[in-house]
Amino acid sequence: MSAFQAAAGRDDPHRIGHGRAPARSISGLAYKRIVVGYGFWIFLLSDIVMFSAFFASYAVLVGNTAGGPSGHDLFDLRNVALETGCLLFSSFTCGIASIGAQRRNGLWFYGAMAVTFLFGAAFLSIELREFVSMAARGAGPTRSAFLSAFFTLVGCHGLHVTCGLLWLLTMMAQVYAKGYRADIMRRVLCFSLFWHALDIIWVGVFTVVYLMGAER
Amino acid sequence: MSHSDDTDRLAGADTAPGDEPFDGYETEGIGSYLIGLVLATLLTIVAFFISRTTLVWEPSLPVALSVLAIAQMGVHLAFFLHIGTGPDSVNNVMALAFGVLIVLLVMAGSLWIMSHLNQNMMPMDQIMQMQR
Repeated sequence: MSAFQAAAGRDDPHRIGHGRAPARSISGLAYKRIVVGYGFWIFLLSDIVMFSAFFASYAVLVGNTAGGPSGHDLFDLRNVALETGCLLFSSFTCGIASIGAQRRNGLWFYGAMAVTFLFGAAFLSIELREFVSMAARGAGPTRSAFLSAFFTLVGCHGLHVTCGLLWLLTMMAQVYAKGYRADIMRRVLCFSLFWHALDIIWVGVFTVVYLMGAER
Repeated sequence: MSHSDDTDRLAGADTAPGDEPFDGYETEGIGSYLIGLVLATLLTIVAFFISRTTLVWEPSLPVALSVLAIAQMGVHLAFFLHIGTGPDSVNNVMALAFGVLIVLLVMAGSLWIMSHLNQNMMPMDQIMQMQR
């Protein structure tokens, strides 16, 4: 046992940290990877706070259909289940991609990123088709306060997924062009955090909007 | 304390503050993601299932769905985002706690205030009459 581990054991006698010493760099500062991840986590939390405002406005306005269609008339739960499956599986393959990147395994990284992209794009195309068919039935965002709130909330999530897909392609290109450099790896870490956070927000969307809305 | 040992051990190594050691860092295995995928899929299937059947008493359905959603968010945090009890994620947990506080304040506060406003509002036909 090195002196470092012994010191960590004194600081943490009940091994709350599972006996692992805190990951500190040589200078005693936290690793850049941890600092960058923390900073990006703060951004993600601010994004989640923004979504909470959209959720709140949706929940307030959900009954104000102005004589127009309600969620019960509009939502097709089979589509939503398909979307949920796509996003959940893409979140899983995104995790595989980050493992592939950490192990410098090109096949795993590029393969898993490509699968993530395909499932993310499938999610987006199902969502767009749903939006278009709703607008074609006269249930566009201008129809009622309920539909305005619906398109704002779900559309904002869709926009995030679109940005995520562009970022995904950028990360594949950067790893291809610059290799598994430390700074590129930190960007891959931030991207995977972003993609997982989108899936967390989607859990809220399919529960609050679709499952609670379809029964009304 | 142990800081100087590290500096001695790696004296001569050309590193900047915050740099990773050369052999990379401990990676989360695929197992964590597999557990997360299975648990999240189960929770999703249960949520969709109870919303389409009469298994759960109807008025309590929103509560049941909320509980399932919060559980699934927890699964995502633990197994996909690796927010845990480790020393590396202490700060992340604190930030998360603050974020959850703000989210609860925004959502519960909005719903509470708006439902009371609706209760105290004059019926719509009377407002229309006053505007004439």
